[in-house]
Amino acid sequence: MSAESSDLVRIEHVTKTFHRGSEEIHVLSGLDLTVARGEFLALMGPSGSGKSTLLNLIGGLDRATSGSVIIENDRLDELDDRQLAAWRARHVGFVFQFYNLMPVLTAQKNVELPLLLTHLNRRERREHAEIALNAVGLSHRLNHFPRTLSGGEQQRVGIARAIVTDPTLLLCDEPTGDLDRKSGDEVLSLLQSLQENGKTIIMVTHDPHASARASRTVHLDKGQLSTTGPE
Amino acid sequence: MASNWLSQLFTVALFNLRSIPARKGSALTAAVGIAGVVAVLTGVLSIAEGFRKTMTSAGSPDVAIVLRAGAENEMTSGLGRDETRLIADTPGVARGAAGPLASAELFVIISLPKRTTGTDANVPLRGVEGTAFEVRGNIRMLEGRRFESGKNEIIVGAGARREFAGLNIGQEIKVGRNVWTVVGVFTSGGGISDSEIWTDAAVLQPAYNRGPTFQSVYVRLASPEDFGIFKNGISKNPELKATARTLPDFYSSQSEMLSQFITVFGVFISVMMGLGALFGALNTMYSAVASRTREIATLRALGFPAAPVVVSVLAESIVLSLAGGVVGAAAAYWAFNGYQTSTMNFQTFSQVSFNFAVTPLLLAAAIAMAAILGLFGGLFPALRAARMPIASALRDS
Ligand SMILES: Nc1ncnc2c1ncn2[C@@H]1O[C@H](COP(=O)(O)OP(=O)(O)OP(=O)(O)O)[C@@H](O)[C@H]1O
Ligand SMILES: [Mg+2]
Repeated sequence: MSAESSDLVRIEHVTKTFHRGSEEIHVLSGLDLTVARGEFLALMGPSGSGKSTLLNLIGGLDRATSGSVIIENDRLDELDDRQLAAWRARHVGFVFQFYNLMPVLTAQKNVELPLLLTHLNRRERREHAEIALNAVGLSHRLNHFPRTLSGGEQQRVGIARAIVTDPTLLLCDEPTGDLDRKSGDEVLSLLQSLQENGKTIIMVTHDPHASARASRTVHLDKGQLSTTGPE
Repeated sequence: MASNWLSQLFTVALFNLRSIPARKGSALTAAVGIAGVVAVLTGVLSIAEGFRKTMTSAGSPDVAIVLRAGAENEMTSGLGRDETRLIADTPGVARGAAGPLASAELFVIISLPKRTTGTDANVPLRGVEGTAFEVRGNIRMLEGRRFESGKNEIIVGAGARREFAGLNIGQEIKVGRNVWTVVGVFTSGGGISDSEIWTDAAVLQPAYNRGPTFQSVYVRLASPEDFGIFKNGISKNPELKATARTLPDFYSSQSEMLSQFITVFGVFISVMMGLGALFGALNTMYSAVASRTREIATLRALGFPAAPVVVSVLAESIVLSLAGGVVGAAAAYWAFNGYQTSTMNFQTFSQVSFNFAVTPLLLAAAIAMAAILGLFGGLFPALRAARMPIASALRDS
């Protein structure tokens, strides 16, 4: 591992242009960003400013039109689709606004899902999932199906699924966007404690209460980032 | 890396299948469509199969038939008394107590009313010699007795009695100037003879003003291996213009045209219906993929490769189709197997009665076809699912 920098994420001159028919939508225009290991970064900005787009580029769900996205020592633009999928499985945990749990799987099976992409055997997978669900305070909900859980509980299952593989990077797109204040606070506390244990987190949010929990907040507008210092 | 490959496939396929109940309607439509195709295919092919079985089961390989050279069937053949004697004396023919086991026979077509419709249809009336029973070897009297030689008596095949009115024992039929009495019912074990009526050739000849001529000679061979000797003996004899064939060979050539026609027709119908069912399956699977866009995109986001996604969609499609196929095949078996009917044999223009035969092979083929429909119905939707751009799929759902 390179000792020269503690930066985990390096985004250099990234542009992203969508095409809708003949229309070109320039969402990101020559954007630079670095995120240090162990940071909890909040990404804010008006709707449609490209927050999700940026997060997807960092998570290898989409590709930049130009510029480079470097995570640890991997240049994502140099990976083909298959390698990128394997890279995501190893390095990234996603938390979605609407949880995206599999309705036909129990909480535990949902959390085990990413472990199918590892070497772990059946028993180890079960143990890891139990540990992760325990960490989010849901050890009493292992065999519940998502529809029998509250929104806050579902999102905690989502977080358990995101951390169960111990990824390099946790990416959350409006993780509290669908939750009431109390459940949202629980989720944010959980993310904070994950940061305290050394996780690097990037969280898209509209909510100043949420960004207040982060260690740094950046604003995205008109394809560019503006930084506000740590509070 | 790929150590959990199977578990991946299994898990992804499993929750694909488990989400079927949420999409009952379209899943059911696809399965029913496939069931219909399989039932029709099985039904039609069972006709061809049953017909072929009837035409060939009559023929034991140690029986041969001799026709005039160039004649394709008994209708167009003709042999004089001298010729039939030469044929009977050819080497290779088995001998009984009363001489060679050969029966010179006459074959005419008569018209009788069908039981079901009351309309007339053709039935073969065969004049045989007393040796005919020993030559065939598989004729069994079900009721009554054999005809007596020299009398206007007939015995009827079980199939003929079933299809035609007025053929019970004691009943009389009028053919030409003569009246014939039914004295027995026989079976050849489901073979083509069951569709015939038999009488004494010597009585039939004058009734049809035939004089001492015949149309065919049936012989029992000393053994099936003797057919070569017999055939050579017939074709090398300068006083004979005749050809010999084994009975199975003869019957299968007789049934070839019709069973091919039925097969081609059945396959054609099935292909048309299959195309319809294929579009049904395609449609179902496209909507299955659409309704699972978010799940699939989530899996891909978690790092699942494309393969389990493709396989899971294919698995669902194949499972649905197989379910349809099994139901369709079972329905066809239940509805058609053993169903008795009769049809025109275009070689003799007379009715042949036979049973639909839904054989295990036919069932297997039909179910295999269902699986193939499922495979193709799932392929393009599966590829679409695998190629779906993840970021926009997550947005859209
Ligand atoms: N796949 C796509 N095809 C076309 N346009 C897209 C696509 N993805 C995003 N866009 C456009 O790019 C812009 C940024 O979208 P993005 O989802 O990143 O915004 P956002 O900041 O996350 O907004 P929100 O706060 O509403 O989630 C929007 O105008 C959107 O319509
Ligand atoms: Mg967004």
